[in-house]
Amino acid sequence: MSPNPRRLVPDLVILAAAVGLFFVFPYDLAFLTRILIMVVFVLSLDLVLGYAGIATLGHAAMYGTGAYAAGLFAIHVSADPLLGLAAGAVAGAAIAAVSGLIMMRAHGLTLLMLSIAVAQVLQEVANKARPVTGGADGLRGIRMEPVLGIWEFDFIGRTGYWYAFTVMALVLVMLKVVVASPFGLSARGIHESPARMRAIGTPVYARLVAIYTLAGGIAGVAGALAAQVTSLVSLEVYSFEHSAEAVIMLVLGGTGRLYGAVLGVALFMTVEHLAAAVDPFNWLFIIGALVLGVVFFVPAGLMGVPGALARLGRGR
Amino acid sequence: MSGLEVNGLNKSFGGLTVCKDVTFELGPGDRKALIGPNGAGKTTLANLITGIAPPSSGTIRLDGRDLRGLREPQRVRAGIAKTFQITTLFKRLTVRENIRLGVSERKRQGLKLLRRADGDRATEAEVAELMHQFRLTRHADTTVENLAYGQQRLIEMALTLALHPRILILDEPAAGVPTSENHLIVEAIERLPKDLAVLIIEHDMQLVFKVARSIIVLVNGAILTEGTPREISRDRQVRDLYLGAGHG
Ligand SMILES: Nc1ncnc2c1ncn2[C@@H]1O[C@H](COP(=O)(O)OP(=O)(O)OP(=O)(O)O)[C@@H](O)[C@H]1O
Ligand SMILES: [Mg+2]
Repeated sequence: MSPNPRRLVPDLVILAAAVGLFFVFPYDLAFLTRILIMVVFVLSLDLVLGYAGIATLGHAAMYGTGAYAAGLFAIHVSADPLLGLAAGAVAGAAIAAVSGLIMMRAHGLTLLMLSIAVAQVLQEVANKARPVTGGADGLRGIRMEPVLGIWEFDFIGRTGYWYAFTVMALVLVMLKVVVASPFGLSARGIHESPARMRAIGTPVYARLVAIYTLAGGIAGVAGALAAQVTSLVSLEVYSFEHSAEAVIMLVLGGTGRLYGAVLGVALFMTVEHLAAAVDPFNWLFIIGALVLGVVFFVPAGLMGVPGALARLGRGR
Repeated sequence: MSGLEVNGLNKSFGGLTVCKDVTFELGPGDRKALIGPNGAGKTTLANLITGIAPPSSGTIRLDGRDLRGLREPQRVRAGIAKTFQITTLFKRLTVRENIRLGVSERKRQGLKLLRRADGDRATEAEVAELMHQFRLTRHADTTVENLAYGQQRLIEMALTLALHPRILILDEPAAGVPTSENHLIVEAIERLPKDLAVLIIEHDMQLVFKVARSIIVLVNGAILTEGTPREISRDRQVRDLYLGAGHG
Protein backbone atom coordinates (compact mmCIF):
# COMPACT_ATOMS: atom_id res chain seq x y z
CA MET A 1 0.00 0.00 0.00
CA SER A 2 2.83 2.39 0.77
CA PRO A 3 5.20 2.07 -2.16
CA ASN A 4 7.82 4.21 -0.46
CA PRO A 5 9.95 2.01 1.84
CA ARG A 6 11.29 5.08 3.64
CA ARG A 7 7.89 5.40 5.24
CA LEU A 8 8.67 2.29 7.24
CA VAL A 9 11.80 3.80 8.84
CA PRO A 10 10.04 5.10 11.98
CA ASP A 11 8.34 1.75 12.45
CA LEU A 12 11.65 -0.08 12.18
CA VAL A 13 13.21 2.33 14.67
CA ILE A 14 10.41 1.61 17.12
CA LEU A 15 10.79 -2.14 16.64
CA ALA A 16 14.57 -1.93 17.10
CA ALA A 17 14.13 0.20 20.22
CA ALA A 18 11.66 -2.30 21.66
CA VAL A 19 14.04 -5.21 21.10
CA GLY A 20 17.05 -3.24 22.36
CA LEU A 21 15.34 -2.01 25.53
CA PHE A 22 14.12 -5.51 26.27
CA PHE A 23 17.68 -6.77 26.49
CA VAL A 24 19.31 -3.69 28.00
CA PHE A 25 16.77 -3.16 30.79
CA PRO A 26 15.47 -6.64 31.60
CA TYR A 27 14.44 -5.53 35.10
CA ASP A 28 12.51 -2.45 33.98
CA LEU A 29 10.01 -4.27 31.82
CA ALA A 30 7.09 -3.21 34.00
CA PHE A 31 8.00 0.43 33.42
CA LEU A 32 8.58 -0.08 29.70
CA THR A 33 5.23 -1.83 29.46
CA ARG A 34 3.56 1.17 31.10
CA ILE A 35 5.11 3.31 28.38
CA LEU A 36 3.72 1.05 25.66
CA ILE A 37 0.24 1.16 27.17
CA MET A 38 0.41 4.93 27.46
CA VAL A 39 1.43 5.10 23.79
CA VAL A 40 -1.77 3.28 22.83
CA PHE A 41 -3.75 5.73 24.95
CA VAL A 42 -2.07 8.80 23.50
CA LEU A 43 -2.34 7.45 19.94
CA SER A 44 -6.08 7.33 20.51
CA LEU A 45 -5.97 10.88 21.83
CA ASP A 46 -4.06 11.96 18.73
CA LEU A 47 -6.93 10.84 16.52
CA VAL A 48 -9.33 12.92 18.59
CA LEU A 49 -7.25 15.98 19.40
CA GLY A 50 -4.50 15.98 16.81
CA TYR A 51 -6.48 14.95 13.75
CA ALA A 52 -10.08 15.97 14.41
CA GLY A 53 -9.23 18.91 16.70
CA ILE A 54 -11.65 17.82 19.42
CA ALA A 55 -10.53 19.57 22.61
CA THR A 56 -10.64 17.12 25.51
CA LEU A 57 -9.28 16.79 29.00
CA GLY A 58 -11.29 13.68 29.72
CA HIS A 59 -9.85 10.99 27.54
CA ALA A 60 -9.41 8.82 30.64
CA ALA A 61 -13.17 8.25 30.55
CA MET A 62 -12.71 5.66 27.82
CA TYR A 63 -9.44 4.29 29.17
CA GLY A 64 -10.95 3.76 32.60
CA THR A 65 -14.09 2.16 31.23
CA GLY A 66 -11.98 -0.19 29.11
CA ALA A 67 -9.91 -1.07 32.16
CA TYR A 68 -12.91 -1.86 34.36
CA ALA A 69 -14.63 -3.73 31.54
CA ALA A 70 -11.57 -5.90 30.90
CA GLY A 71 -11.04 -6.50 34.61
CA LEU A 72 -14.64 -7.49 35.25
CA PHE A 73 -14.67 -9.57 32.08
CA ALA A 74 -11.60 -11.50 33.24
CA ILE A 75 -13.12 -12.14 36.66
CA HIS A 76 -16.66 -12.99 35.64
CA VAL A 77 -16.65 -14.13 32.04
CA SER A 78 -13.36 -15.27 30.57
CA ALA A 79 -9.72 -14.82 31.47
CA ASP A 80 -8.64 -14.97 27.85
CA PRO A 81 -6.55 -11.82 27.21
CA LEU A 82 -7.66 -11.22 23.64
CA LEU A 83 -11.33 -11.54 24.48
CA GLY A 84 -10.64 -9.15 27.35
CA LEU A 85 -9.11 -6.64 24.96
CA ALA A 86 -12.20 -6.89 22.80
CA ALA A 87 -14.37 -6.27 25.86
CA GLY A 88 -12.28 -3.20 26.69
CA ALA A 89 -12.57 -1.92 23.14
CA VAL A 90 -16.33 -2.37 23.04
CA ALA A 91 -16.76 -0.70 26.43
CA GLY A 92 -14.50 2.22 25.50
CA ALA A 93 -16.29 2.69 22.19
CA ALA A 94 -19.71 2.47 23.86
CA ILE A 95 -18.96 5.09 26.49
CA ALA A 96 -17.45 7.32 23.80
CA ALA A 97 -20.51 6.93 21.60
CA VAL A 98 -22.91 7.76 24.41
CA SER A 99 -20.95 10.68 25.85
CA GLY A 100 -20.01 11.78 22.34
CA LEU A 101 -23.66 12.27 21.45
CA ILE A 102 -23.75 15.08 24.00
CA MET A 103 -20.15 16.30 23.84
CA MET A 104 -19.88 16.66 20.07
CA ARG A 105 -22.67 19.23 20.12
CA ALA A 106 -20.40 21.47 22.20
CA HIS A 107 -17.30 23.46 21.32
CA GLY A 108 -14.33 25.09 22.97
CA LEU A 109 -14.50 25.62 26.69
CA THR A 110 -17.91 23.96 27.06
CA LEU A 111 -16.57 20.85 25.37
CA LEU A 112 -13.50 20.87 27.59
CA MET A 113 -15.66 21.12 30.71
CA LEU A 114 -17.98 18.36 29.50
CA SER A 115 -15.03 16.07 28.80
CA ILE A 116 -13.71 16.57 32.32
CA ALA A 117 -17.18 16.09 33.80
CA VAL A 118 -17.79 12.78 32.01
CA ALA A 119 -14.58 11.27 33.42
CA GLN A 120 -15.35 12.61 36.90
CA VAL A 121 -18.86 11.22 36.85
CA LEU A 122 -17.58 7.81 35.77
CA GLN A 123 -14.98 7.89 38.53
CA GLU A 124 -17.69 8.61 41.05
CA VAL A 125 -19.86 5.84 39.64
CA ALA A 126 -16.94 3.40 39.93
CA ASN A 127 -16.36 4.62 43.48
CA LYS A 128 -20.00 4.15 44.50
CA ALA A 129 -20.36 0.79 42.79
CA ARG A 130 -18.08 -0.73 45.38
CA PRO A 131 -19.58 -4.25 45.34
CA VAL A 132 -18.79 -4.48 41.63
CA THR A 133 -15.64 -2.40 41.23
CA GLY A 134 -14.05 -2.61 44.66
CA GLY A 135 -14.46 1.16 44.99
CA ALA A 136 -11.42 2.96 46.36
CA ASP A 137 -9.69 -0.34 47.09
CA GLY A 138 -9.59 -1.10 43.42
CA LEU A 139 -10.70 -4.10 41.43
CA ARG A 140 -8.65 -7.10 42.52
CA GLY A 141 -8.44 -10.75 41.68
CA ILE A 142 -7.77 -10.40 37.96
CA ARG A 143 -6.00 -13.54 36.75
CA MET A 144 -5.20 -13.81 33.08
CA GLU A 145 -4.85 -16.97 31.05
CA PRO A 146 -1.84 -17.27 28.75
CA VAL A 147 -1.90 -15.16 25.62
CA LEU A 148 -3.25 -17.34 22.80
CA GLY A 149 -3.05 -20.18 25.30
CA ILE A 150 0.73 -20.19 24.91
CA TRP A 151 2.48 -17.34 26.70
CA GLU A 152 1.91 -17.14 30.47
CA PHE A 153 2.09 -13.75 32.13
CA ASP A 154 5.31 -13.97 34.21
CA PHE A 155 6.62 -12.04 37.22
CA ILE A 156 9.36 -10.24 35.34
CA GLY A 157 6.82 -9.06 32.81
CA ARG A 158 8.32 -10.45 29.61
CA THR A 159 5.00 -11.65 28.25
CA GLY A 160 3.31 -8.44 29.34
CA TYR A 161 5.95 -6.43 27.52
CA TRP A 162 5.70 -8.23 24.19
CA TYR A 163 1.95 -8.46 24.50
CA ALA A 164 1.68 -4.71 25.04
CA PHE A 165 4.19 -4.07 22.28
CA THR A 166 2.26 -6.18 19.79
CA VAL A 167 -1.00 -4.46 20.62
CA MET A 168 0.67 -1.04 20.40
CA ALA A 169 2.20 -1.93 17.01
CA LEU A 170 -1.15 -3.14 15.67
CA VAL A 171 -2.90 0.00 16.89
CA LEU A 172 -0.21 2.15 15.29
CA VAL A 173 -0.51 0.34 11.96
CA MET A 174 -4.29 0.51 12.08
CA LEU A 175 -4.22 4.23 12.81
CA LYS A 176 -1.75 4.82 9.99
CA VAL A 177 -4.29 3.25 7.67
CA VAL A 178 -7.17 5.19 9.18
CA VAL A 179 -5.56 8.62 9.03
CA ALA A 180 -4.66 8.06 5.38
CA SER A 181 -8.24 7.04 4.53
CA PRO A 182 -11.10 9.26 3.35
CA PHE A 183 -12.37 9.07 6.94
CA GLY A 184 -9.04 10.39 8.23
CA LEU A 185 -9.04 13.15 5.63
CA SER A 186 -12.52 14.19 6.75
CA ALA A 187 -11.31 14.34 10.36
CA ARG A 188 -8.59 16.77 9.31
CA GLY A 189 -11.16 18.70 7.32
CA ILE A 190 -13.36 19.10 10.38
CA HIS A 191 -10.33 20.28 12.34
CA GLU A 192 -9.62 22.92 9.70
CA SER A 193 -13.16 24.12 9.04
CA PRO A 194 -16.37 22.56 10.29
CA ALA A 195 -18.28 25.23 8.35
CA ARG A 196 -16.72 24.14 5.08
CA MET A 197 -17.26 20.49 5.86
CA ARG A 198 -20.98 21.17 6.21
CA ALA A 199 -20.86 23.07 2.95
CA ILE A 200 -19.43 20.04 1.15
CA GLY A 201 -22.22 17.89 2.54
CA THR A 202 -20.60 16.23 5.55
CA PRO A 203 -22.83 15.62 8.57
CA VAL A 204 -20.15 17.01 10.87
CA TYR A 205 -21.76 16.09 14.16
CA ALA A 206 -22.29 12.46 13.19
CA ARG A 207 -18.76 12.26 11.80
CA LEU A 208 -17.35 13.63 15.06
CA VAL A 209 -19.28 11.06 17.06
CA ALA A 210 -17.89 8.35 14.77
CA ILE A 211 -14.31 9.58 15.22
CA TYR A 212 -14.76 9.85 18.97
CA THR A 213 -16.23 6.35 19.15
CA LEU A 214 -13.38 4.80 17.19
CA ALA A 215 -10.83 6.57 19.39
CA GLY A 216 -12.82 5.48 22.43
CA GLY A 217 -12.42 1.87 21.38
CA ILE A 218 -8.65 2.30 21.16
CA ALA A 219 -8.47 4.06 24.51
CA GLY A 220 -10.52 1.17 25.89
CA VAL A 221 -7.92 -1.25 24.57
CA ALA A 222 -5.22 0.73 26.37
CA GLY A 223 -7.18 0.53 29.62
CA ALA A 224 -7.79 -3.18 29.12
CA LEU A 225 -4.09 -3.76 28.55
CA ALA A 226 -3.29 -1.97 31.79
CA ALA A 227 -5.85 -4.02 33.71
CA GLN A 228 -4.54 -7.29 32.30
CA VAL A 229 -0.85 -6.59 32.71
CA THR A 230 -1.02 -5.13 36.23
CA SER A 231 -3.93 -7.34 37.40
CA LEU A 232 -5.41 -4.27 39.04
CA VAL A 233 -7.87 -1.51 38.22
CA SER A 234 -8.04 1.47 40.57
CA LEU A 235 -10.11 4.65 40.48
CA GLU A 236 -6.98 6.40 39.18
CA VAL A 237 -7.78 5.13 35.69
CA TYR A 238 -10.37 7.90 35.47
CA SER A 239 -8.21 10.61 37.04
CA PHE A 240 -7.98 14.08 35.59
CA GLU A 241 -4.18 13.86 35.83
CA HIS A 242 -4.24 10.87 33.55
CA SER A 243 -6.18 12.75 30.86
CA ALA A 244 -4.12 15.90 31.26
CA GLU A 245 -0.78 14.12 31.14
CA ALA A 246 -1.83 12.41 27.95
CA VAL A 247 -2.48 15.81 26.37
CA ILE A 248 0.90 17.09 27.57
CA MET A 249 2.71 14.06 26.16
CA LEU A 250 0.95 14.47 22.83
CA VAL A 251 1.75 18.17 22.59
CA LEU A 252 5.33 17.40 23.57
CA GLY A 253 5.75 14.88 20.77
CA GLY A 254 3.65 16.73 18.21
CA THR A 255 -0.04 16.42 17.40
CA GLY A 256 -1.60 14.97 14.28
CA ARG A 257 1.28 12.74 13.20
CA LEU A 258 0.94 9.55 15.28
CA TYR A 259 4.69 9.17 15.82
CA GLY A 260 4.50 12.31 17.93
CA ALA A 261 2.45 10.27 20.40
CA VAL A 262 5.15 7.59 20.56
CA LEU A 263 7.94 10.11 20.99
CA GLY A 264 6.10 12.31 23.47
CA VAL A 265 5.12 9.45 25.74
CA ALA A 266 8.56 7.86 25.67
CA LEU A 267 10.28 11.13 26.48
CA PHE A 268 7.84 12.34 29.12
CA MET A 269 7.72 9.07 30.99
CA THR A 270 11.48 8.51 30.85
CA VAL A 271 12.22 11.99 32.11
CA GLU A 272 9.57 11.59 34.79
CA HIS A 273 11.02 8.22 35.79
CA LEU A 274 14.60 9.52 36.02
CA ALA A 275 13.74 12.88 37.56
CA ALA A 276 11.56 11.26 40.20
CA ALA A 277 14.45 8.97 41.12
CA VAL A 278 16.93 11.83 41.35
CA ASP A 279 14.69 14.28 43.18
CA PRO A 280 11.37 12.87 44.35
CA PHE A 281 10.12 16.32 45.37
CA ASN A 282 10.99 18.58 42.50
CA TRP A 283 10.70 16.38 39.46
CA LEU A 284 7.58 18.18 38.35
CA PHE A 285 9.69 21.27 37.74
CA ILE A 286 11.88 19.37 35.34
CA ILE A 287 8.86 18.10 33.45
CA GLY A 288 7.38 21.60 33.46
CA ALA A 289 10.57 23.11 32.09
CA LEU A 290 10.73 20.46 29.38
CA VAL A 291 7.19 21.12 28.26
CA LEU A 292 7.62 24.90 28.33
CA GLY A 293 10.84 24.61 26.35
CA VAL A 294 9.23 22.53 23.63
CA VAL A 295 6.07 24.61 23.43
CA PHE A 296 8.15 27.77 23.25
CA PHE A 297 10.84 26.70 20.81
CA VAL A 298 9.11 24.04 18.71
CA PRO A 299 5.35 24.61 18.92
CA ALA A 300 4.82 21.74 16.50
CA GLY A 301 6.29 19.35 19.09
CA LEU A 302 9.41 17.20 18.90
CA MET A 303 8.25 15.69 15.61
CA GLY A 304 8.46 19.22 14.27
CA VAL A 305 12.16 19.58 15.13
CA PRO A 306 13.57 18.27 11.82
CA GLY A 307 11.27 20.60 9.89
CA ALA A 308 12.21 23.56 12.08
CA LEU A 309 15.92 22.82 11.62
CA ALA A 310 15.47 22.52 7.87
CA ARG A 311 13.74 25.91 7.78
CA LEU A 312 16.56 27.39 9.87
CA GLY A 313 19.09 25.94 7.43
CA ARG A 314 17.28 27.32 4.42
CA GLY A 315 16.91 30.69 6.13
CA ARG A 316 20.66 31.11 6.23
CA MET B 1 -41.71 22.62 -10.85
CA SER B 2 -38.10 21.55 -10.97
CA GLY B 3 -35.46 23.82 -9.57
CA LEU B 4 -35.50 26.21 -6.66
CA GLU B 5 -38.56 28.15 -5.50
CA VAL B 6 -38.18 30.79 -2.83
CA ASN B 7 -41.47 32.05 -1.47
CA GLY B 8 -42.19 34.92 0.93
CA LEU B 9 -38.88 34.55 2.68
CA ASN B 10 -38.21 36.73 5.74
CA LYS B 11 -35.27 36.93 8.10
CA SER B 12 -34.47 39.27 10.92
CA PHE B 13 -31.59 39.43 13.34
CA GLY B 14 -33.13 40.84 16.50
CA GLY B 15 -34.84 44.01 15.34
CA LEU B 16 -32.96 44.19 12.03
CA THR B 17 -34.87 42.75 9.07
CA VAL B 18 -32.39 41.72 6.39
CA CYS B 19 -34.70 39.69 4.19
CA LYS B 20 -38.19 40.94 3.38
CA ASP B 21 -40.79 38.85 1.59
CA VAL B 22 -38.33 37.56 -1.00
CA THR B 23 -39.87 35.48 -3.77
CA PHE B 24 -38.11 34.19 -6.86
CA GLU B 25 -37.43 31.05 -8.87
CA LEU B 26 -34.26 29.50 -10.17
CA GLY B 27 -34.81 26.79 -12.74
CA PRO B 28 -32.48 24.42 -14.58
CA GLY B 29 -30.30 26.32 -17.03
CA ASP B 30 -30.93 29.69 -15.37
CA ARG B 31 -28.09 32.15 -15.03
CA LYS B 32 -29.40 34.72 -12.59
CA ALA B 33 -27.45 37.47 -10.92
CA LEU B 34 -28.31 38.88 -7.51
CA ILE B 35 -27.05 42.42 -7.14
CA GLY B 36 -27.50 45.14 -4.59
CA PRO B 37 -25.58 47.52 -2.35
CA ASN B 38 -23.38 46.37 0.54
CA GLY B 39 -25.50 45.05 3.35
CA ALA B 40 -28.54 44.51 1.13
CA GLY B 41 -28.86 40.98 2.45
CA LYS B 42 -27.47 38.99 -0.50
CA THR B 43 -25.23 36.71 1.54
CA THR B 44 -27.97 36.26 4.12
CA LEU B 45 -30.40 35.17 1.39
CA ALA B 46 -27.83 32.67 0.12
CA ASN B 47 -27.33 31.36 3.65
CA LEU B 48 -31.06 30.88 4.07
CA ILE B 49 -31.17 28.82 0.89
CA THR B 50 -28.24 26.56 1.79
CA GLY B 51 -29.47 26.15 5.35
CA ILE B 52 -26.61 27.89 7.14
CA ALA B 53 -29.26 30.02 8.86
CA PRO B 54 -32.98 29.37 9.31
CA PRO B 55 -35.48 31.87 7.89
CA SER B 56 -37.92 33.65 10.21
CA SER B 57 -40.72 32.71 7.81
CA GLY B 58 -41.32 31.69 4.22
CA THR B 59 -40.57 28.55 2.24
CA ILE B 60 -37.75 27.26 0.11
CA ARG B 61 -38.50 24.35 -2.22
CA LEU B 62 -36.25 22.19 -4.33
CA ASP B 63 -38.10 20.35 -7.10
CA GLY B 64 -41.31 21.05 -5.23
CA ARG B 65 -40.02 19.59 -1.99
CA ASP B 66 -39.99 21.87 1.09
CA LEU B 67 -36.46 22.09 2.47
CA ARG B 68 -37.57 23.25 5.91
CA GLY B 69 -36.47 20.18 7.84
CA LEU B 70 -33.17 19.74 6.02
CA ARG B 71 -29.90 20.88 7.52
CA GLU B 72 -27.09 22.31 5.46
CA PRO B 73 -25.25 19.02 4.70
CA GLN B 74 -28.50 17.40 3.61
CA ARG B 75 -29.29 20.29 1.31
CA VAL B 76 -25.81 20.04 -0.17
CA ARG B 77 -26.36 16.35 -0.80
CA ALA B 78 -29.70 17.22 -2.35
CA GLY B 79 -27.78 19.35 -4.85
CA ILE B 80 -27.51 22.90 -3.50
CA ALA B 81 -24.00 24.27 -3.12
CA LYS B 82 -22.48 27.68 -2.65
CA THR B 83 -19.13 29.36 -2.60
CA PHE B 84 -18.26 31.59 0.33
CA GLN B 85 -17.82 35.32 -0.04
CA ILE B 86 -15.18 35.09 2.67
CA THR B 87 -12.92 32.25 1.58
CA THR B 88 -13.55 29.24 3.78
CA LEU B 89 -11.06 26.49 3.00
CA PHE B 90 -9.08 23.77 4.74
CA LYS B 91 -6.08 26.00 5.27
CA ARG B 92 -3.50 23.51 6.40
CA LEU B 93 -4.40 20.96 3.76
CA THR B 94 -2.90 21.09 0.29
CA VAL B 95 -4.87 22.25 -2.73
CA ARG B 96 -5.12 18.65 -3.87
CA GLU B 97 -6.38 17.50 -0.48
CA ASN B 98 -8.96 20.28 -0.35
CA ILE B 99 -10.50 19.28 -3.65
CA ARG B 100 -10.09 15.56 -2.96
CA LEU B 101 -12.08 16.04 0.23
CA GLY B 102 -14.87 17.68 -1.74
CA VAL B 103 -15.02 14.86 -4.29
CA SER B 104 -14.72 12.13 -1.67
CA GLU B 105 -17.52 13.55 0.46
CA ARG B 106 -19.72 14.02 -2.60
CA LYS B 107 -19.19 10.34 -3.36
CA ARG B 108 -20.17 9.59 0.27
CA GLN B 109 -16.85 7.91 0.93
CA GLY B 110 -16.18 9.75 4.15
CA LEU B 111 -16.79 6.69 6.31
CA LYS B 112 -14.34 4.51 4.39
CA LEU B 113 -11.58 3.59 6.82
CA LEU B 114 -9.52 0.98 5.12
CA ARG B 115 -8.55 2.40 1.76
CA ARG B 116 -6.32 5.31 1.01
CA ALA B 117 -7.90 8.70 0.40
CA ASP B 118 -5.51 9.17 -2.53
CA GLY B 119 -6.06 5.66 -3.87
CA ASP B 120 -9.18 6.15 -5.98
CA ARG B 121 -8.31 6.68 -9.65
CA ALA B 122 -11.58 8.25 -10.68
CA THR B 123 -11.40 10.69 -7.77
CA GLU B 124 -7.79 11.62 -8.52
CA ALA B 125 -8.60 12.18 -12.18
CA GLU B 126 -11.44 14.48 -11.23
CA VAL B 127 -9.24 16.37 -8.76
CA ALA B 128 -6.54 16.78 -11.40
CA GLU B 129 -9.10 18.04 -13.92
CA LEU B 130 -10.47 20.67 -11.52
CA MET B 131 -7.00 21.86 -10.59
CA HIS B 132 -6.11 22.10 -14.26
CA GLN B 133 -9.25 24.08 -15.04
CA PHE B 134 -8.37 26.71 -12.44
CA ARG B 135 -4.63 26.75 -13.19
CA LEU B 136 -3.88 25.28 -9.78
CA THR B 137 -1.88 22.23 -10.87
CA ARG B 138 1.40 23.98 -10.16
CA HIS B 139 0.31 24.50 -6.56
CA ALA B 140 -1.28 21.08 -6.08
CA ASP B 141 0.88 20.12 -3.14
CA THR B 142 1.11 23.53 -1.49
CA THR B 143 -0.89 24.08 1.66
CA VAL B 144 -3.69 26.53 0.99
CA GLU B 145 -2.60 28.97 3.70
CA ASN B 146 0.60 29.54 1.74
CA LEU B 147 -1.18 30.67 -1.42
CA ALA B 148 -2.16 34.15 -2.51
CA TYR B 149 -5.74 35.20 -1.82
CA GLY B 150 -6.61 35.23 -5.50
CA GLN B 151 -5.59 31.61 -5.81
CA GLN B 152 -7.61 30.73 -2.74
CA ARG B 153 -10.65 32.25 -4.47
CA LEU B 154 -10.11 29.86 -7.36
CA ILE B 155 -9.89 26.90 -4.97
CA GLU B 156 -13.12 28.11 -3.40
CA MET B 157 -14.77 27.78 -6.79
CA ALA B 158 -13.11 24.45 -7.65
CA LEU B 159 -14.08 22.92 -4.33
CA THR B 160 -17.71 23.90 -4.83
CA LEU B 161 -17.83 22.55 -8.37
CA ALA B 162 -16.39 19.29 -7.04
CA LEU B 163 -19.78 18.79 -5.39
CA HIS B 164 -21.55 18.56 -8.76
CA PRO B 165 -24.45 20.75 -7.61
CA ARG B 166 -27.71 21.23 -9.50
CA ILE B 167 -28.27 24.59 -7.84
CA LEU B 168 -25.10 26.63 -7.63
CA ILE B 169 -24.85 29.88 -5.69
CA LEU B 170 -21.71 31.92 -6.20
CA ASP B 171 -21.16 34.63 -3.58
CA GLU B 172 -18.89 37.20 -5.21
CA PRO B 173 -16.66 34.57 -6.81
CA ALA B 174 -14.44 37.13 -8.50
CA ALA B 175 -13.89 39.42 -5.52
CA GLY B 176 -10.20 39.29 -4.72
CA VAL B 177 -9.25 37.43 -7.89
CA PRO B 178 -6.58 39.34 -9.81
CA THR B 179 -7.92 40.85 -13.05
CA SER B 180 -5.55 38.63 -15.00
CA GLU B 181 -7.27 35.53 -13.61
CA ASN B 182 -10.79 36.90 -13.77
CA HIS B 183 -11.43 35.13 -17.02
CA LEU B 184 -10.98 31.79 -15.24
CA ILE B 185 -14.09 32.52 -13.21
CA VAL B 186 -16.06 33.62 -16.26
CA GLU B 187 -14.89 30.60 -18.24
CA ALA B 188 -15.76 28.30 -15.37
CA ILE B 189 -19.27 29.70 -15.27
CA GLU B 190 -19.63 29.47 -19.04
CA ARG B 191 -18.43 25.88 -18.99
CA LEU B 192 -20.90 24.75 -16.36
CA PRO B 193 -23.36 22.05 -17.46
CA LYS B 194 -26.15 23.75 -19.38
CA ASP B 195 -28.94 22.46 -17.16
CA LEU B 196 -27.33 23.73 -13.95
CA ALA B 197 -29.21 26.49 -12.13
CA VAL B 198 -26.83 29.30 -11.21
CA LEU B 199 -27.35 32.28 -8.93
CA ILE B 200 -24.40 34.62 -8.94
CA ILE B 201 -23.99 37.38 -6.38
CA GLU B 202 -21.58 39.94 -7.77
CA HIS B 203 -20.64 43.60 -7.56
CA ASP B 204 -18.59 43.55 -10.73
CA MET B 205 -21.19 44.62 -13.34
CA GLN B 206 -19.00 43.66 -16.25
CA LEU B 207 -18.91 40.12 -15.00
CA VAL B 208 -22.64 40.18 -14.31
CA PHE B 209 -23.44 41.31 -17.84
CA LYS B 210 -21.09 38.67 -19.25
CA VAL B 211 -22.70 35.69 -17.54
CA ALA B 212 -26.19 36.61 -16.37
CA ARG B 213 -29.33 36.29 -18.47
CA SER B 214 -31.51 37.72 -15.72
CA ILE B 215 -30.83 40.02 -12.79
CA ILE B 216 -32.49 40.38 -9.39
CA VAL B 217 -31.90 43.65 -7.57
CA LEU B 218 -32.02 43.45 -3.80
CA VAL B 219 -32.22 46.57 -1.65
CA ASN B 220 -32.59 46.55 2.13
CA GLY B 221 -33.53 42.90 2.08
CA ALA B 222 -36.35 43.29 -0.44
CA ILE B 223 -36.43 42.63 -4.18
CA LEU B 224 -36.58 45.98 -5.94
CA THR B 225 -36.94 44.52 -9.41
CA GLU B 226 -36.05 41.58 -11.58
CA GLY B 227 -35.36 41.63 -15.30
CA THR B 228 -33.00 41.00 -18.18
CA PRO B 229 -29.62 42.78 -18.12
CA ARG B 230 -30.98 45.17 -20.75
CA GLU B 231 -34.05 46.01 -18.68
CA ILE B 232 -32.03 46.40 -15.50
CA SER B 233 -29.44 48.67 -17.07
CA ARG B 234 -32.28 50.94 -18.27
CA ASP B 235 -34.19 50.88 -14.99
CA ARG B 236 -34.35 54.35 -13.50
CA GLN B 237 -34.50 53.16 -9.86
CA VAL B 238 -31.48 50.91 -10.35
CA ARG B 239 -29.55 53.66 -12.06
CA ASP B 240 -30.33 56.03 -9.23
CA LEU B 241 -29.21 53.39 -6.80
CA TYR B 242 -25.90 52.73 -8.51
CA LEU B 243 -25.13 56.01 -10.19
CA GLY B 244 -26.90 58.42 -7.85
CA ALA B 245 -24.98 57.08 -4.88
CA GLY B 246 -21.77 57.91 -6.65
CA HIS B 247 -20.87 54.33 -7.59
CA GLY B 248 -20.14 52.93 -11.04
N1 LIG C 1 -25.46 36.87 11.94
C1 LIG C 1 -25.87 38.15 11.85
N2 LIG C 1 -26.31 38.80 12.93
C2 LIG C 1 -26.73 40.07 12.86
N3 LIG C 1 -26.74 40.79 11.72
C3 LIG C 1 -26.30 40.19 10.60
C4 LIG C 1 -25.85 38.85 10.60
N4 LIG C 1 -25.48 38.52 9.33
C5 LIG C 1 -25.69 39.61 8.60
N5 LIG C 1 -26.18 40.63 9.34
C6 LIG C 1 -26.58 41.93 8.85
O1 LIG C 1 -27.49 41.73 7.80
C7 LIG C 1 -27.31 42.71 6.79
C8 LIG C 1 -27.11 42.04 5.47
O2 LIG C 1 -25.85 41.40 5.44
P1 LIG C 1 -25.36 40.54 4.21
O3 LIG C 1 -24.01 40.03 4.53
O4 LIG C 1 -26.39 39.54 3.86
O5 LIG C 1 -25.28 41.63 3.07
P2 LIG C 1 -24.68 41.52 1.60
O6 LIG C 1 -25.72 42.00 0.67
O7 LIG C 1 -24.13 40.16 1.36
O8 LIG C 1 -23.51 42.58 1.65
P3 LIG C 1 -22.09 42.59 0.90
O9 LIG C 1 -22.33 43.09 -0.47
O10 LIG C 1 -21.27 43.53 1.69
O11 LIG C 1 -21.57 41.21 0.92
C9 LIG C 1 -26.13 43.57 7.23
O12 LIG C 1 -26.64 44.74 7.82
C10 LIG C 1 -25.43 42.72 8.25
O13 LIG C 1 -24.80 43.53 9.22
MG1 LIG D 1 -22.32 39.40 1.00
